[in-house]
Amino acid sequence: MRPFSYVPAASLEEAVGVLARHGDEAHLLAGGTSFVLLLQQGLVDPGVVVGLSSVPGLNTIERDGAGQLRIGAMATLGRIEGDPLVRDALPCLSEVVGRVATVRIRNQATIGGNLAHADPAQDPPPILLALDAVVEAIGPSGRRTIPLDSFFVDVFETALAPGEILTAVRVAAPSPAIRFATVKFLPRTVDDFATVTVAVRIDPSPDGRVADLRIALGAVAPVPLRAVAAENAIRGHVPDEALLAGAAELARDAVDPFDDVRGSADYKREMTRVWTLRALRRALAPSERVA
Amino acid sequence: MAASADGRLALRVTVNGTLHELTIPGSRLLIDLLRDDLGLTGTKKGCAIGVCGACSVLVDGELMSACLLLALAVQGRSVTTVEGLAAPDGSLSALQAAFIAHGGFQCGICTPGQLVAATALLAHQPDPDEAEVRAWMTGNLCRCTGYLGIVASIRAAVIGEGPAAGAGE
Ligand code: FES
Ligand code: FES
Repeated sequence: MRPFSYVPAASLEEAVGVLARHGDEAHLLAGGTSFVLLLQQGLVDPGVVVGLSSVPGLNTIERDGAGQLRIGAMATLGRIEGDPLVRDALPCLSEVVGRVATVRIRNQATIGGNLAHADPAQDPPPILLALDAVVEAIGPSGRRTIPLDSFFVDVFETALAPGEILTAVRVAAPSPAIRFATVKFLPRTVDDFATVTVAVRIDPSPDGRVADLRIALGAVAPVPLRAVAAENAIRGHVPDEALLAGAAELARDAVDPFDDVRGSADYKREMTRVWTLRALRRALAPSERVA
Repeated sequence: MAASADGRLALRVTVNGTLHELTIPGSRLLIDLLRDDLGLTGTKKGCAIGVCGACSVLVDGELMSACLLLALAVQGRSVTTVEGLAAPDGSLSALQAAFIAHGGFQCGICTPGQLVAATALLAHQPDPDEAEVRAWMTGNLCRCTGYLGIVASIRAAVIGEGPAAGAGE
């Protein structure tokens, strides 16, 4: 590791400027939980590190005029978990981020870092995909928004252009009729990365059909992804067990896991089917509302 | 904080109530700053990848891993280590006393981290039930697997059970 110089950015504009000046030499620092490990392992070797914790207001969580929740990139997972606005509008998100690793990690890791790092085994992406989240970014050519659905490109690779900074994630607060179920399957220890994560969102229609839905999966492909074929199999239908079982098989066929200590690729495929089916059943169960 | 050409930077940080002004390389980890620069060796380096909890410290009261923090991230902030848990006169905190009375440690290597994590728990939730204690403490591993004693010690501190209650165990 060579010495790097550290620039605590006073504003996003300054951070964008430093990134533009130094190109590949520069690296952003958010909470640092992944960055420090990458640095120790020599997987990043920056000449300049640009700190984002010094940018005022970048960790703000607010509701905008349109009722959307806007979570600043530097909000820690622990802060999101406990935030009253999030708990009220998005209890499903609070619950998911509250299951990430340990208290220590949640106090340090940020949602912006989590998404921009694009490790496919992270927990927040599937629930955010199920919520149709959008990320905001700023770069040399200004500001833009990117649907999370097209944000993840490959392992550790996102749609952010060189020099672009993720500044916030935005989510519309779902109506109370919409139901969620999330699963984090952890066959080893509770603080581990998941073997598979599933987030299901069901928008019921009064006639018993599923008007719309999302099935999003994590840790089972190079990127977090939606099981679109499985969604299509259910959308517009009155769900029964055979329909759900068929959809779960389509979810299994949509994934592309790799072998690791959390299971073989075959095992993860099969667990994708099993946990998708269970999550669908839970989200559709009449008696309980599962956040 | 301005970095000089060789990447060293000036750091001001309060540790256990004492303000320190140091010049450090940007890559200095908080755990190394504490142990090697400040001589506070109570904070242990176990896994060095954020998993075991042996390096647990409080940063502005929040529980974090000193092994996953660059020292530059605590610029202007206040860090508490296990050395800062006892009162200035040396009298132990209720948690420290309870760990002694209720068999909260065996070899002791994980104990500083357990104490700091438990201190953060009680600051956050003064009256946790056993499930809350277990959930919070999952991030602090004990290689001696003395978990029952750790949970019992924290519960004893919560209900204000004095050292006598655990004597003779
Ligand atoms: S040494 Fe930091 S968590 Fe293990
Ligand atoms: S007391 Fe030995 S590791 Fe916990």
